[in-house]
Amino acid sequence: MKNTRQHYGWLAISLHWISAITIISLFALGFWMVDLGYYDSWYKTGPALHKSIGISFFLLMLFRLMWKVIQIQPESLSSHTEIEKKLGHWMHLALYALVFFIMMSGYLISTADGRGIEVFQFFEVPAISAFIENQEDVAGLVHQYAAYTLVFMVVLHASAALKHHFIDKDKTLTRMLGLK
Amino acid sequence: MKKTLLAITLLASSLSAIANAADYVVDYKGAHASINFKVQHLGYSWLTGRFDKFDGKFSYDPKNVSATNIEINIDTTSVNSNHAERDKHLKGGDFLEISKFATAKFVSSSVTDKGDNQLVVKGELTLHGISKEITINAHKIGEGKDPWGGYRVGFSGTSEITMKDFGIKMDLGPASAKVMFDLHIEGVRQ
Repeated sequence: MKNTRQHYGWLAISLHWISAITIISLFALGFWMVDLGYYDSWYKTGPALHKSIGISFFLLMLFRLMWKVIQIQPESLSSHTEIEKKLGHWMHLALYALVFFIMMSGYLISTADGRGIEVFQFFEVPAISAFIENQEDVAGLVHQYAAYTLVFMVVLHASAALKHHFIDKDKTLTRMLGLK
Repeated sequence: MKKTLLAITLLASSLSAIANAADYVVDYKGAHASINFKVQHLGYSWLTGRFDKFDGKFSYDPKNVSATNIEINIDTTSVNSNHAERDKHLKGGDFLEISKFATAKFVSSSVTDKGDNQLVVKGELTLHGISKEITINAHKIGEGKDPWGGYRVGFSGTSEITMKDFGIKMDLGPASAKVMFDLHIEGVRQ
């Protein structure tokens, strides 16, 4: 379950791939739902699902961050160049930061009028309060463009992994798949 | 010569009409005015909202109602339906498109006195960048001195527009194609 100096533990690996699937799904759902017609049966369900998954994912990301902090991290492969190590490190930081940033901006859209956010009709996250004028618009724009940026970063991140796998033929990708 | 005289008389009388008509400023500061709207929801109920920010002025002479001029400017970014997510939608490209059209405007072209304080106001509404004539059925509520040394007059009115006429794309269904306006305007004489 735990990481070692050479390998990621299965928990870190699972958290990584669950995050990947969730991020891509949330982006696709968000991108699709904003153009739904008023009489589409998904018109209300889509956003409700997007918010419920988003809040749940926030809790998962908190756990993931905690798990990352209390664990030892596998060292970079010795075949990686210094610049690759730096770029990889900065990319991971940026991905984490953007994910939390998008979550915050999303929260600020739905809670701009003091309404809470219902999560799977199971519990409700209360609103704090409105911070700025036209908060729903500002937060909406930020949420949208931060999400586009994240998807762009994810593509870079995945391309880098594929580059290591197919061109450098090292273990960067297989290590995250749990393959020895 | 007769024509000139006639012209001068006409000019003088129209000038005196202007001079007699008092100028009023819509009491936006004291919020004794509101621009409310309602749209049917699915044909089952009414959804109401309003524009929180607007200003306006009008001239009004009870003895010469047809000389009334009205101008109202609405800040469309202030649309408020008591639901932030919906307001975000209303301000977006499906409805008001506030990034391009942050203001709406109404300028009267004619005011007809129907007697018994009933008025028909026609004028041009510019909304979402499109100008169209609309009709407001209005009535005067009352006028007189206020307790603080001012003079006020107030009106109510209703009007309706079809959203498509103003290039608003969103289709809310057949029962919801129209927006009804419910207007309450109090003016303070200047």
